[in-house]
Formats: sequence, C-alpha cells, structure tokens
Amino acid sequence: MSFNELLNQATSEVEAWQNSGKIRIFIGTGTCGRAAGALAVLDTINKELARHNIEASITHVGCIGLCYAEPLVDIIKPGQPRICYGYVTPETIVQIINDYILKDNPRPDLALGTIGEGSIAGIPLLFELPMLKSQVRIVLRNCGYIDPENINHYIARSGYSGLNKALRMTPDEIIAEIKESGLRGRGGAGFPTAQKWDFCRKAPGKEKYLICNADEGDPGAFMNRLLLEGDPHSVLEGMVIGAYAMGATQGYVYCRAEKPLAIARLRVALEQAKKSGLVGNNILDSGFNFPIAIREGAGAFVCGEETALIQSIEGKRGMPRPRPPFPATSGLWGKPTNINNVETWGNVSAILQKDGAWYAGFGTEKSKGTKTFALAGKIVRTGLIEVPMGITLRQIIYDIGGGVEGKDKEFKAIQTGGPSGGCIPASLLDLQVDYESLAQVGSIMGSGGMIVADSGTCMVDLAKFFLTFVQAESCGKCVPCRAGTTQMLDILTDITEGKGRPEDIALLLDLGDNIKAGALCALGGTAPNSVLTTIKHFRSEYEAHINEKRCPAGVCKNLIAFYINPEKCQGCSICLRNCPVDAISGDKRMIHIINQDQCIKCGTCLTVCPVKFSAVVKMSGEKPEVPDKLIPVGSWKKSEVKE
Amino acid sequence: MTANIGIRKILTSFTRDRANLIPILQKSQAQKGYLSPEAITEIGHFLGITPNDIYSVASFYAQFRFERQGKHTIKVCQGTACHVRGGQQILEAVERELRLKPGQSTTADYQFTLERVACFGACALAPVMVIDDTVYGLMTVSRALKLVAEYRGK
Ligand SMILES: Cc1cc2nc3c(=O)[nH]c(=O)nc-3n(C[C@H](O)[C@H](O)[C@H](O)COP(=O)(O)O)c2cc1C
Ligand code: FES
Repeated sequence: MSFNELLNQATSEVEAWQNSGKIRIFIGTGTCGRAAGALAVLDTINKELARHNIEASITHVGCIGLCYAEPLVDIIKPGQPRICYGYVTPETIVQIINDYILKDNPRPDLALGTIGEGSIAGIPLLFELPMLKSQVRIVLRNCGYIDPENINHYIARSGYSGLNKALRMTPDEIIAEIKESGLRGRGGAGFPTAQKWDFCRKAPGKEKYLICNADEGDPGAFMNRLLLEGDPHSVLEGMVIGAYAMGATQGYVYCRAEKPLAIARLRVALEQAKKSGLVGNNILDSGFNFPIAIREGAGAFVCGEETALIQSIEGKRGMPRPRPPFPATSGLWGKPTNINNVETWGNVSAILQKDGAWYAGFGTEKSKGTKTFALAGKIVRTGLIEVPMGITLRQIIYDIGGGVEGKDKEFKAIQTGGPSGGCIPASLLDLQVDYESLAQVGSIMGSGGMIVADSGTCMVDLAKFFLTFVQAESCGKCVPCRAGTTQMLDILTDITEGKGRPEDIALLLDLGDNIKAGALCALGGTAPNSVLTTIKHFRSEYEAHINEKRCPAGVCKNLIAFYINPEKCQGCSICLRNCPVDAISGDKRMIHIINQDQCIKCGTCLTVCPVKFSAVVKMSGEKPEVPDKLIPVGSWKKSEVKE
Repeated sequence: MTANIGIRKILTSFTRDRANLIPILQKSQAQKGYLSPEAITEIGHFLGITPNDIYSVASFYAQFRFERQGKHTIKVCQGTACHVRGGQQILEAVERELRLKPGQSTTADYQFTLERVACFGACALAPVMVIDDTVYGLMTVSRALKLVAEYRGK
C-alpha cells in the first residue's frame, strides 16, 4: 500500500471515531497507571457504563508523565474540551460518571485540567499546570494521547510521514538532516548520532545490523519504558529511517524483561507495522527491506553497554570487550552494527517528520533539542518530563517538580545519570542541564534518571547503594572493576556500620581514581562517581559517620536507635503489639521501653505511634534518658534513674 | 520425563542456532518457573553445546532460576527511587513475614518465592512491589503484609 492510502485510511478511521457523537473515555494503563490502580478503575467504568446504558468508547493510552496523579482518566463529551481527571479511584469515577456524563457538572474539584480547544469554568488548561508548562514535547508528542496499540492513531498524527519522506531522500541527505539537528545519543554518552551513522554507512559489508537499545538498566529511571508503552511506533519509525540511511539489513530491539508491558505493546506495534508494509519486505513499495526482531534481556545491567549487548544477542554471557573495533565496523556477528537508544530513535522520527533546523532550534549550542527525565525520589510531583536542554536543575526540581515533599525536609541533592552518575548539591542548582555542564560537576546526563534526596537521605548510604549495585553487576572481566568496587564497598559498609577509620576517605578517593583509570568499560569507569561526588560535596556526612559514629540523616541502622519518650508515652501498647520482634516491654498505662539488644531498627514503632502522642524518637549519636523498668504513665521524672 | 516433552515442544519453534539459546531458556523457564537439569541437557542436545556451556551463560543473567519456585513470586523493588523511599523496610518486613532465613528465597511450603529486583520502571510510585504479574505502587509495610496475606490463600 502507498503511504497516501495508509494515511487516508488512518485519517478516516480517526475522524469517524472523533465525530461519532459518542462520549470518549481515555484511561492511562501504562505501568505507572496500573501500579496506582488503573485496572480497578477501568473495571468500575465498564460496570457503570453498562449499568446506565451509556454508549462510550474507551481508549487505553500511555502515560502523559503526571505519574504522581495516577490513575488518570480523560473524558470528552461531544463538543466539549477533553477533561483530565487525576488521582481517580473506583469511588471517584462513579461520581464523575454520575455528575459529568449523566448530568452536566464537570466536577472541577476532581479535574486536573482541560486539553484542546475551549475551556470549562473552574478547570485550568492542563498544559498551564506547573508540571507541564515549561515542557517541550517532541519525543513524548503522542504519549498519553494515542492508543499505542492502534497504528492508525499514530499515522493520523503525522506518524510514518518521516519515513515516507526519508525514502525519497538519499542516505547522505538523511544523515545531513540528522547532522543539522545536532542530535546526540540519548543513551548516556551523548555521541553525535549523525557521525555514528556515517561510520556504519561507510563500513564495508553487505549485511549490517541495527539495534535499538531498550535495556534501560538504570534503577530509578523509566524514560524508555514510558515511550515504548505510550508510542512504540515512533521508535520503530526512527529505526526504519536509520536502517535506510545506513543500509542495514536486520534490526533488533533489545528490551529488558522487567518491562513486560513495554515488550507487549512493542510486539503489537511491530505486527501492525509489518501488516501495513512499514517494516519488513519492500517497505512502502520502495524495494527496501528491513525486518525487526525483539530480544528480551535477561536481567544484567551491563548488557546495556553496547558490546555486552551484542554478546548477549549472540547467545553468550554479556561481557563487554575493548573498543576499537567499534560496533560500526565490527559488531553483531562481526558485521557493521549501529546501536542507538530508544529515545534517540524517537527523536529521529520527529526530526524527519519536520526537519533538522527546527529541532536544532531547541536546546543549547552543544546540546540540541530536548531530553526526557524521570523525576523520582523525595519530590512532590514525580513523573516523566521532557524539557529543552539548557534548563536549570532548579527549574526542574522546583517549577516542574514542586520541590521536596515533606514540610519539615530540605532539599539535599539530586542524583543524575544512575549508577554511573553523581550527586549534585543544592549550591549547584542553577547549573544548566546539558552534557558538558553535568560532566563538569562530576556527574553525567546518563539516560535521564533524576532522583531527589532530601535531609532524610543519607548520602553515604546512597553512595553505598550505588556501589552495591555496580559491584553486583560488574561482569568480573577486568580486575579494577571486579576487585576495586568490592574493596570500595567493604570500606563504605564499614563506615555505615560505625567501623570507619579516618584514613578511609583518602583511601576511597584513591581507589576511585584508579578504577576510573583502569576499568575496561564505562560500567567500571564510572562506578566510583557516586562515591567521589558525595565525598566532594558531603564530606561532613562521611566524617560524622567515621569520627562521631553518627548518621546525621538517621538512616544507617548500626548508628541509630529508637527510644520511647517517657514524658510522651501514654501506655497505649500499639507499638508493643506491632513490634515484629517483641522488643518492646510495657503494660496498660505503663511507660513502654524498647529493649535495644532486641531491636532490629525497622522503625515500625515510629510509624504506628499515634501522631497525637508522637512518643517514639529516632536518634543517632545521642542517648536520651529512659526508665529501666516499667513505671506508670505520668510518674517519670528526669534524672530519677540516674541519681 | 514429562518435563522433556514440554521442552521438546518449545524447541520445535526454534532453529538449532546458538543465538537462540537465551530465548529458548526464557521460554523453558516460563513453563515451570525454573530450569531443571533435564531441561538444560535437552537444550544442550538440541543446540549441540554442553550443559556446562549453558550454565555458564544462564548463571550470568539474573533472570534464570535453577531451583523449584514458589507458587507466587513476590518481587520487592530495590532500585534507587524505591531505596530512598524505604524499599528496604518493605523487603525486610516481607522477609520476616515469610520466615525466610538468610540466603533462602522460597518458603518451605513452596507458596512464595521472594526476590529483590532493581527497578520495574514505576519509580514515580515508589516503593514498588510486584506479586506475580501485578504491580503495586506506593507501598507501606502494612499494605505489603496485607497483600501477602491475601495471596497466601490463593
Ligand atoms: C554499564 C552500561 C550500561 C548502559 N546501559 C544503557 C542502557 O540501558 N540503554 C542505552 O541506551 N544505553 C546504555 N549504555 C550506553 C550504550 O553503551 C551505548 O552508548 C548507547 O546505547 C548508544 O546509543 P545512543 O548513541 O543513542 O546513546 C550503557 C553503557 C554502559 C557502560
Ligand atoms: S526504583 Fe523501584 S520501580 Fe524504579
């Protein structure tokens, strides 16, 4: 079928749906939505519609990125703007259906905003919300709007027009277009995409491979998952364009098995693209062939590294190998191979749908375009955002993310780049987000994970967390990484357990520098970053652990203790009943006591103690006076025990 | 021997190409929840590689299991976002609830297997726990224990 026929077919299907005169309901059923209970909401919608005999279409959409407000349900009544409702529960959806669908009350109290033309009194425009206002959505252009399992939705929004255009260009022209856009790899290292394509295109060989890296191993990031779940065709389109430009003969998507929904939606998209002649043989009657297969990763972080990924597709242990030779000349089965990240491919389709100069209009001089970031951790509005490069960290954290959650907490640091990245302190919040600026402060852009730490996060513990991760994920091939990270982890463990020695900090710095210099691949080469940046910016926390055996954030178990304040305890026994190890003694109306030898420091007593009493305290480095035997509530006098 | 019939059925959909090893292992594991020694031998015959060779690949990847698994699998996320939001407390609470000894991951009655996983990509709703195929976000210790109790009877 020609592209025009596909487009006509898609447009008429989508228009018929839009003009059906029926009520249209959209529900976000990506992983975030599901985790927040979207499927239970969907169930209720179906029941309520049937009960009231309402004819409506229900469309599953990907995530718009407002994960903090999931589950999200949008409703369009004919002639009205689309209303997006947030924090939807089975209870509130019954109200919304009753009040808005059956009657005409749009329930502004439950709505987040409206989308599209027109407005509704009392409801703001969705894209005027602080979380969305400064976003520029290029990669995420369709996420949350279209049904990812319906190719016509994608085509009707300019989908595959970039491919149609590319097939009429020469490969060199396509690469020139990408070059003009300034696009750099979104998988972490930021290598110029056009240059990489050019290497692969010029590499001799009839068989060439093209790989989409969807391994997304950064534990705390979900940019790629969200794009694949919300708009898989944008990635496939980018791949076919790249394949045509480089003369690739077979494509693979390597996707992590822990993201089953992304894989499922990608499979559906791939089948549809094949059926429509957009992937496979004789693409859009051009004579160009490019089949794509999906490979599921089997749970190894290092397989995100391109040479390890190639080994894994070949059915081997995923061990990186030294480069050169680069995959562009010798990759999968020794053939020229190009690897790009999911988001890079999503940008490629957008660039070809418009043009390179348009894309280069966003961002900074050296970092063009936009970047998606996953906001998580101790931040008010968690979710996925897309912003122009060059925006400051402060804008991201405060304007978009709403600052740290918890009124009594302060912002401490933002961790970017995952296990390879570093921690950036409050004093650097005006830093611009681009490849070079982040590298200058010892972190990296990485694939886009951003984890906010507040005063309740221990930076030594966070560094230990990342080191535990990289140490476990080190493939073991080179000594600096295998033995060096183990050594660093031992030292960090000692520090967090109160066994640190004053010389440990210098030792960590020294080890870190050596691992960086000697490791075979970037896993080891960046592994010490979290330790090095936390020592640089939060040295006093390390010193408190080592010299005072104190964890200022109250996180490290061996350095904290829980006590019951004898002046506040009302003898209600709630803590006693909930303590999982029976470490609390007490009786009705008696002041309760925690037996420190038995306590496992799980913090349950602190959580269950009624707020009006707030008798349980967590302390580090200090020890309050508490009774040594059971005494009645109200009879405690300070120093009674001591004197 | 029934195990082998199941494996043979899976093998018919693959060519005898080494590159198929990992997809074959994944499909085989999906059948019984783990890779039995018999299954590995059978796959080795099919691909013309030794069981040792297969173990060396399979043991590299966190996904593969070599022992019988519980009826339900509970995975508690230990990724970065979940870590800073208390994922470890959830893991420890579930561990205590299931009375697992250090190093043990499956309960004696084979009702549950507990795993720690680094990130499901639902980080915005941390801490996250997954039971079988259902993702639960914004976990608390008490919600986690309630879920375990619900699945106990299932
Ligand atoms: C330990 C390690 C893990 C990596 N994980 C990923 C990943 O999950 N996804 C990704 O796209 N790139 C990852 N990379 C980077 C890839 O090696 C490669 O640079 C990238 O896929 C190239 O695509 P791009 O040019 O589009 O960024 C990783 C690198 C290292 C060293
Ligand atoms: S860190 Fe737990 S889901 Fe990502």
